[in-house]
Amino acid sequence: MRSRGRVLGWVMIKDLAILRRSPLLVGILVLYPVALALIIGLALGAPTPRARVAVYTGVPAGHGRVQLGGTAIDIGAYTRELSGSITPVRVPSVAAATADVRNGVTEAAIIVPADIVAQVESLVRNGVGTPTVRLILDNANPIERDLVSAQIQTRIDQVQAAIAKALLATALTDLHTVVAGGQLSFAGANVDLLGLSRARRIVAGAIPQLSRTALGGRLGPPLRRVVSFADIAIEGLSFASPVLGQLQNPLTVARTSLTAVRTPTAAYAVAIAVTVSELFLAMLLAASLLALERSEQVYARLVRGPAGPVLLLVAKLLLAAAAAAAVTFVMSAVVSVFVPLSWGRVELWVLVLLVAGLAFAALGVALGAVAREVAAASLLAILVGLPVAFLALIPPSAISTGLGNAVAVISFLFPFKAALGATAAALTGGGSGLALTLVHLLGLALAFGGLARVALRRFAAAA
Amino acid sequence: MPVITAIDLVYDYGARRAVDGVSLALERGELVALIGPNGAGKTTLLSMLAGVLAPTTGAAVTHGRVGWVPQIGAVYSRLSVAENLRFFARLEAVPDAEAAVAAMIEQMELGERRAEPVGRLSGGNRQRVNVGIGLLGAPAALLLDEPTAALDPLQRERLWGFIHRFVATGTAVLFSTHDMEEAGQRPDRVLEMVDGRLV
Repeated sequence: MRSRGRVLGWVMIKDLAILRRSPLLVGILVLYPVALALIIGLALGAPTPRARVAVYTGVPAGHGRVQLGGTAIDIGAYTRELSGSITPVRVPSVAAATADVRNGVTEAAIIVPADIVAQVESLVRNGVGTPTVRLILDNANPIERDLVSAQIQTRIDQVQAAIAKALLATALTDLHTVVAGGQLSFAGANVDLLGLSRARRIVAGAIPQLSRTALGGRLGPPLRRVVSFADIAIEGLSFASPVLGQLQNPLTVARTSLTAVRTPTAAYAVAIAVTVSELFLAMLLAASLLALERSEQVYARLVRGPAGPVLLLVAKLLLAAAAAAAVTFVMSAVVSVFVPLSWGRVELWVLVLLVAGLAFAALGVALGAVAREVAAASLLAILVGLPVAFLALIPPSAISTGLGNAVAVISFLFPFKAALGATAAALTGGGSGLALTLVHLLGLALAFGGLARVALRRFAAAA
Repeated sequence: MPVITAIDLVYDYGARRAVDGVSLALERGELVALIGPNGAGKTTLLSMLAGVLAPTTGAAVTHGRVGWVPQIGAVYSRLSVAENLRFFARLEAVPDAEAAVAAMIEQMELGERRAEPVGRLSGGNRQRVNVGIGLLGAPAALLLDEPTAALDPLQRERLWGFIHRFVATGTAVLFSTHDMEEAGQRPDRVLEMVDGRLV
C-alpha cells in the first residue's frame, strides 16, 4: 500500500514537472476557462425567449369596468395585457397556476384576483385600496427566475402607465368641466355643471344690483346656483385629488417564490463560471496527461512495472482534480470580493470542488484513453465538454418536452449539471440534497474511470 | 538456470495469430539475435517476454529483473536525461536511485547532456537514454526491440559498444532486428522468426 502510494506520488511529481516545462499549455488551460466564463457572462445578458407563464384572472369577461365621472376604464382589459411579453398559459384556478409552476410546466404564474376592479374603484374614488396582482416564481433556476420576473415587471410598468394615463385623462376632463362648465355624470345622474367661469360671470353681473337692493328677490336664484356649484366643485375636486395622487403606481405586485431558499443571481452566475472553468481544466488536464503517456510511447513501459493502468489512471485523476479545484477555489475567492459568497461554508466549497473535479477528471481520462495524442485528447475534451455544459444550461421551458427530457437524461449522465447545483449550493448557502448530488458525482467518477480502464485495455491490446 | 524461459507462447490479435507456439530459453551473459521480416511477430514476442502483453496461451517465466527497451524511444521529451532516468529508477524501486542514475549517465557518456531535455537530443543519444532506462537496476536480462533501427552507422556502433559492455557483465540480451547486417553483432545465437513461428 505504501509502495503504491509512493509510485502514485512519483507519477504525479513527474506530471507536474512536465507541466512546469509547458508554460504555454498551462497558460491556455487557465486562460481558456476565464475567456469561457466571460462569454457565458455576456450570454447571460442577451435577450431571452418569451417565458411560459400560467395566467389566472378572477375578473369575469365584461365585468372589469371602473366608472370615473363620464369615463369607463376597463381594468380587466389592462390586466389581460400583463401577458403581452410572455407566452401565457390560461389556467382555471389559482391552485392550477401554482401547480403548473411547482411542476415546472411554467416558469411563473400571474394571478389577477376577482376584487381588483373594486380595489381600483375604491382607490380612485376614496384614495383607499390596494389593487394587487400576484406573481408566483419558480426558484429552481435563479437566473431564469429573475429574467421572467424582469420581463413581467416591464409589462406591469407598461400597464401601470396605461392605467395612469386613463385616470389622468378622466381627472383632467372632470377638472375642465369644473372650470368651464358642462355635462358631468355624477352619482348615477347627469348634472349640468355651471362651471367656475360662468359662475364668475353671474356673480360679476349681480354685483352692481347688490349695491342697490341687497337681498332682493331677483338675486336669490343666481346666488343659490353659485352655492350649488361650489358644493359640487368641492366634492369633484376631493375625488380628483386622490386619483392624481395614485397615478404613479396604481397596481401592487405581490411576489411569491415556491422554494424557500433564494439563490442570488450574481452568485449563481459565479457558480456557472466556476463550474465551467473546472470542467475544462480538469477534463483537459486529465485527458492530455493520459494521452501524453501514449504519444511519448511510454505507456507500455509504465504499466509493465509497479505503476499499473489503474494506478496510472488514479494519478491522472487526482492531479487533474486537485489542480482544477485549486484554480477554481482561487477564482471563487477573488470573485467573492465583488459578489457576496458564503465564506462560512468554505470547507464545503473545497469538498464540492474536489468531488466535481474528480468527476470531470474521470470524464477526461475516459477521453484521454481513447485518444493517442495530446492534441486529439484536448480536442475531444473540448468537443465533449462544450455541449455537456451548454445542454445543462438550457432552461427546460425554452425547448419542447421531448427534447427537454432528452437533455435531462444527458445532463444526468454527465457531471456538469450536478456539479453546478452542488457548487451553487456550496457558494451561496443553499444545499438541500447536496449529499445526494455529491454521491451522484462520485458515481459518475467511478463510471467514467471504469470506462477509461476498459478503453486502455482495448488500446494496449491493439498496440 | 535460464533467466527467461518461454513455453509454447501464443498471441492472437482477434482472428490473426501473431505468435504461434514459441518456446525458448535465455541464459545469463548470452547475446541472442531474433531476426525476421516485418510482421513476423518479433515485437509481440518480446512484449510478452517483457510482461507488456499477456499471452493468449502459454507462459513466460523470468528469473530476476527484466529490462525492456521498446523500438520507439519511450522517454519523456520534456524531461531532462537525468529526470527521465530518476523517474524510472524510483518507479522500479531501484536501490539508491540517485547513485544508479549518476552511474548510468556516466556509462552512457551523457554527462554533459544530463540536464538537457531529451527532446533536444540526437536520435542516437535519445536511444541511449531509452536503453539506459531498460538497464536501470542491473537487470538479469535485457530485451531490445529493433534498437538501432533509426540510427546512422556511427551511432549504431556506439550503441552496440555500450550494449556489449553490459553483456560482458553477465546481462542476457535478446534483441530483434530485420537487418541481417545488425544480426552480425557477434551474437551467441540467432533465432529466426517467420509468420509467428521460430524456424
